[in-house]
Amino acid sequence: MPKEFIISFVMPAESLRKLYLYRRVVQAKLFIDRKYEENIDVGEIAGEACYSKFHFIRAFKGIYGQTPHQYLTAVRLEKAKELLEAEMSVTETCHSVGFESLGSFIGLFKRRTGLTPSEYRRERLERKRRMIEKPLSFVPGCFVEQMNWASR
Amino acid sequence: MITKINHVSIFVLDQKSAYDFYVNKLGFKVNTDVEMGSKGRWLTVNPPEQPELELTLMAIDEKVMFDKVSAEKMRDLVAAGTFGFATFKCDDLLATYEELKQKGVLFKKEPTREFYGFSAVFEDDSGNWFSLSERSKVE
Repeated sequence: MPKEFIISFVMPAESLRKLYLYRRVVQAKLFIDRKYEENIDVGEIAGEACYSKFHFIRAFKGIYGQTPHQYLTAVRLEKAKELLEAEMSVTETCHSVGFESLGSFIGLFKRRTGLTPSEYRRERLERKRRMIEKPLSFVPGCFVEQMNWASR
Repeated sequence: MITKINHVSIFVLDQKSAYDFYVNKLGFKVNTDVEMGSKGRWLTVNPPEQPELELTLMAIDEKVMFDKVSAEKMRDLVAAGTFGFATFKCDDLLATYEELKQKGVLFKKEPTREFYGFSAVFEDDSGNWFSLSERSKVE
């Protein structure tokens, strides 16, 4: 029995067309997840999903609560956080994730996280250093004791 | 007074594989990952919107909670898919289902509308099952 039949039997209210729409929009979202550092054109993604740009953006927003462009920016910011934590410089991070203007990147980062990229980087590196120096301070006490991890 | 839950344990058969599942497939964030050589790995992740709620991906070995006998029993129970250690929520079940499927997550129950809501059940790399339901509009 084809899977689409089973799914529509189980969910009679959902039409197959809606499922295909979901599949296309999710694929676009995963495309953004993979290609965020490139200069992505939303019109191009919409075209690939076989929808008009207007309908695609509306469908995307209906599912993810934000437009494809907003989502792309959010993904870039998350990746920037990871790169900063991995000790990449602010300038290199900015360009690695696909932002073109360093000034805009810094401003956007600060608005979203409350910290400048340098401040964030410093904070995360400090945490990493503490984790290496005193790993047990990150583990709940009960486990430390039971495991006899604390050196005697 | 007790204010919050801090850690919840999910018992896994292999922490490396579990890391790949929870971080790369489910999209959870790594919270704490501390390697302590022969004494074990303390690995916790959190759902994107709950940075303070740590899910400990707990190895089943004789180091923390278990002795040799209970560790073996627990491993058998986990491998048999006995446990549902948590339930999860999402904003859009069909979109989340579609994405998880594309990432290779196995579902025990496809998205289904029951009288109590819209939900599906998936399993992790150890065999633990989890109910995943859509946040309803009234909440």
